[in-house]
Amino acid sequence: MSNNWEMVIGLEVHAQLNTSSKLFSSSPNQFGSEPNENVNFIDSGMPGMLPVMNFACIEMAIKTGYALNFNINKYSVFERKNYFYPDLPQGYQISQFEFPILTEGFINIDNDGNQKKIRIERAHLEQDAGKSIHDIDPKFSFIDLNRVGTPLLEIVSYPDLSSAEEVVSYMSSLRQVLMYIDVCDGNMQEGSLRADVNLSVRKKGGELGTRCEIKNLNSFKFIRQAIEYEFKRQIDVIESGGKIEQNTMLFDTSTGETRAMRSKEFSHDYRYFPDPDLLPVNLTQDQIDKVKTSVGELPQAKLDKFIKDYKVDKDIAKIITVEKQNAILFEKMISETDVKPKFIAAWLVGDIFAFIKENNLEVSSLNEKTKEITDLLKLVSDDVISNKAGKEILPKVLNGQGKPSDIVKELGLEQVSDSGELEKIIDEALIGEEENISKFQSGSDRVLGYFVGKCLKATKGKGNPKLINKILLDRLKK
Amino acid sequence: MKNSISHIKNSLRNKKISVEELYDEFLIKAKSSKNNTFNLLLDKENNILSIKESQKRYENGNPLPLDGIPLGIKDLFCTKGIRTTASSKILSNFTPNYESFVTQKLLDDGSIFIGKNNCDEFAMGSSNETSFFGPVKNPWKNKNYPTDDLVPGGSSGGSAAAVAEGTCVASLGTDTGGSIRQPASLCGIVGLKPTFGSCSRWGIVAFASSLDQAGPLTNSVEDAALILNSINKHDFNDTTSSNHFREDYSNDINNKLDQKIKIGIPSDYLKDVSGDILSQIENTKKALIKHNVEFVDVEFKTTEYALSTYYILAPAEASSNLARYDGIRYGVREDGKSLDDIYLNSRTKGFGDEVTRRILIGAYVLSAGYYDAYYRQAQKVRRLIKDDFQRIFNDVDFILTPTTPNEAFKIGDKLDPISMYKNDIYTVPTSLAGLPGISIPSGLSTNGLPLGIQFIGNYFEEKKLLQIAALAEKELNFNEQ
Repeated sequence: MSNNWEMVIGLEVHAQLNTSSKLFSSSPNQFGSEPNENVNFIDSGMPGMLPVMNFACIEMAIKTGYALNFNINKYSVFERKNYFYPDLPQGYQISQFEFPILTEGFINIDNDGNQKKIRIERAHLEQDAGKSIHDIDPKFSFIDLNRVGTPLLEIVSYPDLSSAEEVVSYMSSLRQVLMYIDVCDGNMQEGSLRADVNLSVRKKGGELGTRCEIKNLNSFKFIRQAIEYEFKRQIDVIESGGKIEQNTMLFDTSTGETRAMRSKEFSHDYRYFPDPDLLPVNLTQDQIDKVKTSVGELPQAKLDKFIKDYKVDKDIAKIITVEKQNAILFEKMISETDVKPKFIAAWLVGDIFAFIKENNLEVSSLNEKTKEITDLLKLVSDDVISNKAGKEILPKVLNGQGKPSDIVKELGLEQVSDSGELEKIIDEALIGEEENISKFQSGSDRVLGYFVGKCLKATKGKGNPKLINKILLDRLKK
Repeated sequence: MKNSISHIKNSLRNKKISVEELYDEFLIKAKSSKNNTFNLLLDKENNILSIKESQKRYENGNPLPLDGIPLGIKDLFCTKGIRTTASSKILSNFTPNYESFVTQKLLDDGSIFIGKNNCDEFAMGSSNETSFFGPVKNPWKNKNYPTDDLVPGGSSGGSAAAVAEGTCVASLGTDTGGSIRQPASLCGIVGLKPTFGSCSRWGIVAFASSLDQAGPLTNSVEDAALILNSINKHDFNDTTSSNHFREDYSNDINNKLDQKIKIGIPSDYLKDVSGDILSQIENTKKALIKHNVEFVDVEFKTTEYALSTYYILAPAEASSNLARYDGIRYGVREDGKSLDDIYLNSRTKGFGDEVTRRILIGAYVLSAGYYDAYYRQAQKVRRLIKDDFQRIFNDVDFILTPTTPNEAFKIGDKLDPISMYKNDIYTVPTSLAGLPGISIPSGLSTNGLPLGIQFIGNYFEEKKLLQIAALAEKELNFNEQ
């Protein structure tokens, strides 16, 4: 394979909105219920049933509009997309087609330190379909309509992506934003966020090729695998003299391969037309403005603030802002103490996250314990206890075994910071070290480490290393 | 009038008859009818509780507005626990577990359903000949061909014929392009199609959602007003239900007109019509002119496009509305080797020819490459038709037209769908505009068959519309002819 090929990718991301009820019915919108439990007469397509729009979905779309820099359209229209399938009881999906609620947005992604702006063509509201289950009985298929009518926001990018890494970065940035503004739980395993990948190949800078659409990818790993496989497949076809057919592909997660599901010839004619059961959505400026206050601070703004105002290292700030609950915990701690944010941040992404991971906890579960944590960090940063001692105590504090100061006392971990006492110890340690002292005085810095170690040992590790250092230097320079 | 709601209520109040006796009387008559007006009749046992409660209210002196009145319900309204078929094979075994909004309002007002009226399959037809349960016969006979069985009109043909034959006091029908007004006209009764958005569509088997509207078929204009009082309510579960102020439509209905009324007669509607039809309009003019009513000629610019517009838009919506009848979850399923076979067999065998024809027309006009030429174009014309009506309503209070271009015809006579579609020429424009229209019987043809006239009012002006219709009814005195 010659390496002068490049891929051109556009993404259609389906985000399930985390409303309490469905897009056009009052059935609960929740995952994990018994099959067909969250289904009413509207969802099951009974004769004469009518959809009624859930305005919470419109508000979430508006919120997304603000967060992803979209034009928020006052006028949008729900249309019917007609096709037959047993998990689509109405015989049509209500979606937006000609007049979507959001148009022309963008998001900036960061790919190994390079910023890239990805343009988003549109985002529209639509109903999810149910689930057909074909693999639990040899003779019968089963239908679960729980998911029918779940609100989806379909976010359609321009073909601005040119590698699997960029796609993953784009998708995770979207996920991060949607979770920050609390419109989607981001749970890809449960299908709350899924992507269709449109991919074509071309010679670098050449004309666009024919694209194939890989449907319904629900993990970053699968997205990456599918893109890499499909990229190679298309190049192989072309280089062996073939032509790419515009196909809809399925990704087989067991083999890591894509295969054609249906060709364009057999593609559906969906016969879209405005749903006569629903009036067009006509939003007032007031309705749009009202949502703005609920958007909150977005991940990029938080990141900038952490770096600029709190002087947190960029890499650490990124880790904290990945998820909203990290940032919430961090900002809560900052507000409760005068310990430097940078110091707290290092502890957060280090020992505190390690503890969370080890104990399989939610980050938000520590929101109740910020006082204890910051008390402990204060002891460390004030040199009352050593860094090492702090690490030792942290799990006890997080497990609720007592106040940090009590634990420190109990375990006798307070550092010796009394200079008189330390001077005595240091003077004793220097006895009989004339040779090393003269080595130091003739310019060998390495000896200093040796002396510090010797003194610390003499204090059984409790001596304040900074103070020891200072006194030692005084003595040695004489 | 003997069979009017107020007359019957008086008899019940004065204990001349009990609710149960009344029900028996109508049921016996309905059971012996040879006109096939009902797909299903409800034996007294089914309604005994409602009958007793209604009787109790009469005895306590606090009857509800429609208390004890036996009504027919077009078999297009979902009725809880009562089979609802839309006169189609595909729903011939379907019993809903919910009650449509409007029939619930009728029950809330004390009426008692005697049965489900035959109609055209999925309300598609103008003669009630497309029903899976067979055609309905018009109780009227052509005096020159007295052995011919005539159509009652459609699609609410069973409703109209049942009211005309006296097997229910009134019936609830639906009108999409004339399905209440046209059969009312052919059966010599009153039929009202309210403004689109007046009566909730929730629980009505949908034909064309942007046009479907429930309305009464009755013996008198006053009865139509009483039924309208009951069903004309705002419903949050129907997005297209209007939240306007609703009046009491029956009180003051017979009051004298307190101001000068101007009625437009569209000259373009009266080209090429028979002398019989023309004389209905002339008689109405004569009858009303003495009541401070002025008649003026008006002319539409869009009439010739109305039928084609309707037969693009209604089938387009129908093709999608009927997609849910796939044999998977309810209704009749025909087996097949594959999923596609099940769909194909269930829908091929489950739908009749006219329904199949309209689904195919609808799918065609919405399909890629044809959408702009047909569906989008038709939507634009629909807007022009609406504007055309508003232009005329700038100048007049009502529009007067014939309801149909002809009297009732022989069953089996109109086999060509186009000539059948032309029956709705005077009712379809009103439907496309969403305006209210009422048909009242105005006289007899030379063959001794009833003919009707239609008054069209502006949006939500049912109150005024019913008043002018009541005045014309009184003056034309059809029931005494």
